[in-house]
Amino acid sequence: MRITCPLCGERDRREFTYRGAALDAPAADDGAEAWHSHVHLRQNPAGPLEEWWHHQQGCGSWIRVRRDTVSHVMLASALAKPEDADGGSA
Amino acid sequence: MSVKGAQTQSAPLRSWDWKAWRIAVRLNGTIRPAGTDALGVVMRFSGWRVLREGLSGNRGWGPHWRDPDPKAEYDAVIIGGGGHGLATAYYLAKDHGMTNIAVLERGYLGGGNVGRNTTIVRANYYLPGNSEFYSHSLKLWEGLEQDLNYNAMMSQRGILNVFHNDAQRDAAVRRANAIINQGDDAEILTRAQLRDMVPQLNYDGNRFPIQGALLQRRAGTARHDAVAWGFARAADLRGVDLIQNCEVTGIRTEGGRVTGVETGRGTIRAKTVAMAAAGRSSQVAALAGLTLPIESYVLQAFVTEGLKPIIDHVITFAEGHLYISQSDKGGLVFGSYLDLYASYAARGNLPMVEHTMEACMAMMPAIGKAKLLRGWGGIMDMTPDGSPIIDRTPIEGLYLNAGWCYGGFKATPASGQCYAHLIATGRPHDAAAGFRLDRFETGRGLMDEEATGAQHNLH
Ligand SMILES: Cc1cc2nc3c(=O)[nH]c(=O)nc-3n(C[C@H](O)[C@H](O)[C@H](O)COP(=O)(O)OP(=O)(O)OC[C@H]3O[C@@H](n4cnc5c(N)ncnc54)[C@H](O)[C@@H]3O)c2cc1C
Repeated sequence: MRITCPLCGERDRREFTYRGAALDAPAADDGAEAWHSHVHLRQNPAGPLEEWWHHQQGCGSWIRVRRDTVSHVMLASALAKPEDADGGSA
Repeated sequence: MSVKGAQTQSAPLRSWDWKAWRIAVRLNGTIRPAGTDALGVVMRFSGWRVLREGLSGNRGWGPHWRDPDPKAEYDAVIIGGGGHGLATAYYLAKDHGMTNIAVLERGYLGGGNVGRNTTIVRANYYLPGNSEFYSHSLKLWEGLEQDLNYNAMMSQRGILNVFHNDAQRDAAVRRANAIINQGDDAEILTRAQLRDMVPQLNYDGNRFPIQGALLQRRAGTARHDAVAWGFARAADLRGVDLIQNCEVTGIRTEGGRVTGVETGRGTIRAKTVAMAAAGRSSQVAALAGLTLPIESYVLQAFVTEGLKPIIDHVITFAEGHLYISQSDKGGLVFGSYLDLYASYAARGNLPMVEHTMEACMAMMPAIGKAKLLRGWGGIMDMTPDGSPIIDRTPIEGLYLNAGWCYGGFKATPASGQCYAHLIATGRPHDAAAGFRLDRFETGRGLMDEEATGAQHNLH
């Protein structure tokens, strides 16, 4: 599996660390149910999934990837935006 | 669908066999029901029978189970004909007398993870919740072949969890004490004792020297396909309909109660619907509008060409998570970590292949001489704490058995028995009372054996 980094192009999967599904984090005071859902519950699709990868052994970027979990085909890839940091940092 | 080859198992004839025979005749109505021989006698496996068949050209073996069409209604349907679904059906029939039930399998019986795993059976978990459950399961394994009258090639060859340093030894001792407290066997072997038993390991590797091992003698392996077939045959003999090529595409509910399922072979009504779909749990639960605390990942396994006996036990290597055993055909069967990203591809990627081979070379360099024959992958239903769920759902009559991660094969008999107990009595079985769905929400009773934290992508 090769992952497309918007800065470095298509690179070996070994260069990346997986963070998991890209989800919008609830606000701090949104309550236990919202946080339970955010931390634990997953759509877990067999098909396209939005997820975070970290190009740890490359340029160091956080990348939002759209990947088909059945075929492993990369459908889209974009650099994380500053506002993603709330929900996406490891 | 029939199983080739004779299975040897001798056991005294018991009364239920005759009952099963009558059920088989009644349900099938043909001259030769599945599971019976040419004379209509229940096809019990025994040494005597193997001999007789051997002398008569093996013409007397019939199919091991019927291939019925689905009925319009059952008392209960089970979604998923893997090890857990089939075991659940068997124990519903055996322990609770529920025989008007069906197992609905979208492919063929045993085509999922039950036929893809590395077949390790053990009871060396240590957190409350898991501990009593796997202890119970190992006891069921010990009587399973007699119970099912099926040779599952259960082999209690012992498991050796090798450790490399003081911290790992401390953890092994703690685990061993917990295992002994749960009533099972555990021994700590010194480096010299281990070397005596398994001389062929790389004891003085620079990075991962071997300092000893945790041994559980009652652990071992079982033939995975035969476990599925044995449960299938035994359930079928008790009247359970096993329906293959029957994908569940919808779950019907009415006023918060389950009323049946939609399938590729029509609508089936049932007031009790039990999910046991392993890697596909999220998709099946979504049919009822439920979102589960599960992510699906791929786990790979590998097998070499057949070799002379060289590994007598199951051996695990602490660094790199390698586990290895030798099958009765001689192939070395092994695997290590998950491919650590969400996946429904029943195949993995090369980095984990490479890692696994490196771990083999670190533990036992001689393995490098063996030729790798095959590698494959299976879809693992991973929960945040790495432990399973056997529970009710918010929908009345709909039950959930999921989240077995990479360790559900050893659980097969107990999972089936405990799930059947919950379904039939409405109360959790004592051995599985910790497998609650709400533990993630409440934070109570989490079972994070690896102590990495109860979050996804950490196990
Ligand atoms: C490579 C590998 C190695 C492993 N090694 C071990 C080990 O050494 N020890 C151990 O204890 N465990 C091990 N496991 C884990 C173990 O195999 C699983 O946890 C266990 O088999 C899961 O339960 P099951 O047998 O019921 O699953 P499965 O056999 O996968 O059964 C689920 C069934 O549900 C069916 N299904 C799915 N969706 C639908 C639908 N909509 N309608 C109808 N049917 C449906 C599937 O087709 C499948 O047959 C391993 C797994 C893998 C992949």
